[in-house]
Amino acid sequence: MSGMARSVATVIGYALREGLRRRVFLAVLLLSLGFLALYGVGAHFAFRDAGGFAEGEAKILDPKAFTGATIFGLAMFTTLFLGSVLAVFLTLGIVRGDAESGLLQPLVVRPIGRTTLLLSRFLAAAGLAAAYVLSVYAAALAITWQTGHWAPDHLLGPALALALAVAIVAALSLLASTFLSVTAQGIVVFMVYGAGLTAGLLAQIGHAINSDTLHSIGHTASWVLPFEGLYAASLHALISNTSGLTGVVLQLGPFGGSEAASPGLIIWAFAYTAGVLALAAAAFARRDL
Amino acid sequence: MAAVLAARALRKSYRGKEALVGVDLEVGAGELLGLLGPNGAGKSTLTKIACGLVRPSGGSVEVLGRPAGSPPARAGIGYLAELFRFPGWCSADELLQLHQRLCDSVGGAGERAELLELVELSHAARTRVETMSKGMQQRLGIAQALVGSPRLLLLDEPTSALDPVGRRIVRGLLEELRRRDVAVLLNSHLLSEVELVCDRVAIIADGRLVQEGRPADLERPRGVEIETAKGVRLFEGAGREEAPEIVARLVAEGELIHRVEVLRSTLEDVYLDAVQGRTG
Repeated sequence: MSGMARSVATVIGYALREGLRRRVFLAVLLLSLGFLALYGVGAHFAFRDAGGFAEGEAKILDPKAFTGATIFGLAMFTTLFLGSVLAVFLTLGIVRGDAESGLLQPLVVRPIGRTTLLLSRFLAAAGLAAAYVLSVYAAALAITWQTGHWAPDHLLGPALALALAVAIVAALSLLASTFLSVTAQGIVVFMVYGAGLTAGLLAQIGHAINSDTLHSIGHTASWVLPFEGLYAASLHALISNTSGLTGVVLQLGPFGGSEAASPGLIIWAFAYTAGVLALAAAAFARRDL
Repeated sequence: MAAVLAARALRKSYRGKEALVGVDLEVGAGELLGLLGPNGAGKSTLTKIACGLVRPSGGSVEVLGRPAGSPPARAGIGYLAELFRFPGWCSADELLQLHQRLCDSVGGAGERAELLELVELSHAARTRVETMSKGMQQRLGIAQALVGSPRLLLLDEPTSALDPVGRRIVRGLLEELRRRDVAVLLNSHLLSEVELVCDRVAIIADGRLVQEGRPADLERPRGVEIETAKGVRLFEGAGREEAPEIVARLVAEGELIHRVEVLRSTLEDVYLDAVQGRTG
C-alpha cells in the first residue's frame, strides 16, 4: 500500500472509530430501527386499508401500486433526510471547528497533507452516509414487499441516486466547514438542503399545474443543488414503468418525481461533487491554522 | 553547527497588523533554543510558520533544508501547540498509534511504550484522554510530538499546565533530547525554566527579534556584594575582576570579610530590559 493510501485508510479508520466510540452509530442504529418499525406498521395498515380504495371504479387505479409507491416514496424522503443528517454530523466542524478547538493542528503538521486529510474525512463521511442510505433503503424495500407485495419498477437505480445525493450533501457540508463555525455550518447546510427540497416540490407543483415558470425554477435548482435532482429522479424511477391513471396520479403527488435521471445529471452530480471538494481543498490549503 | 531551522527576513501580517517584522533566526542541530517574549509578540506565529500551519507574508523559513510546510519538512518535525486538544475517546496508546501511522513511523509498540515512559505515562497507556488531567494531556502531547523521532521539536508553552513535578519531568526530557541530538525550539514564559535548560535564548517583542545569545552571555555583572562585620555592602557595577581589589581595600581598612558574592543580572532582568515593559 502506498504512503498516501495508508494515510487515507488511517484517517478513515480514525473517523470510524470516533463514530463507534462516541456511540453515534449505536444511536443511529436504534433510531433507524425505530423508523423502520414505524414504517412497517404504517405500510401494513396502508396496504390493508387501501384494498377498497378504488372499488367500483373498474380498476382505473391500482391500489397496491398507488399505496406502495406513495409509502415507499415517503420512506425514500425519510432515508434521504436521515442520511443527510448523518453526512452533516459526520462532517461537522471538520476544518474550522476542529482548528478552533485545537484538534486539527496535531494532524495537519503530519506529512499526510491537508488535501489528503480533507478527502479522507469526506470519504469516511460520504461512505458511511451512503452505506447507511443503502441499508435503510434495502430494509424499507423488504418491509414494503413483505407487507404489500409491491416493489418499485427499478430497484438499484433509486438506491444509488440517494447514495450519491447524500455524498453531495457531505461535500457541501465539508465546504461549509472550511469557512463557518460549527453552528453556522449546521444551519447553512440544512437550509441549503431545505431549499433544494422546496425547489423540487415547486417543480413538482409546476409539473402538476403545467406552469413552465415553476417547472424551470425547480429544474434549475436541481442542477444547482443536484442532490435534489437525484432525489426527484429516484422517485421517478420507482414508478417509471407504471402506466395509466395510477402512474399519472403518482407522478403528480408529493412523492412522484417529474423527471428521470439523465446521463447528464449523473455526470454533473459527480463533477459537482469533485468541484465542491476542490473548492474545499483550496480554501483549506489557504487557511492559517 | 548546521541549521535545522532557519528563518530569514520572516514577515507575517494578519489583516494589516504586523505579527512578525523581518525575523532572522536559526536553530542548530541538537540545540535547545528558548523563544521568549510577551503575549502577542509573534512567538507562536513563528512556530506555526515553521510547522506549515501559517503561511508567511514575506521572507522564508527552511526546516532541515526544505521549505517549511513541505512534506519532507513536516516529516522531520514534532509539534505541540499551546492550545491543543486530542480526541477524548482515544486512549494514550491509540493516539500515539494514530500519529505513528500518519508519519509512517515503524517504531511500533516499542516506540509507543518508550515515549510513554519518557513522559512518565506508562501507567496511562490505556487511559482515555477525556479522563486525563490537563497535565497528563500536556505530557501526552509531548510524547505525541516525539512520534517518528523528529529532528526538530517545536514546543509552544509545553509546561503551562504542569505542576512542579511535571515540569521537572519535561526538563529531564529536554535534556534527554539534547543527548539524542534533537533540536528544540521552546516557547515559554517560564524564564527560570528556559535559563535552566536552553543553550541559547531569543527574545521577540512586537514581532522583532530584540535579543539573542547564550544565557550566560546575555547576563551582565550587577555588582559585588560583600558581607562584613559591619553589615552587607553592595559595590554596584563592579564585576568579578574588581572583586579582589575591593576585598583587599576593605581588609586594609580593617574590615572583617565574611562573604563575597559577584552578582549577575538574571535572565528575567535581561528579558525585562529587552521588552521594555511591553506586555500582551
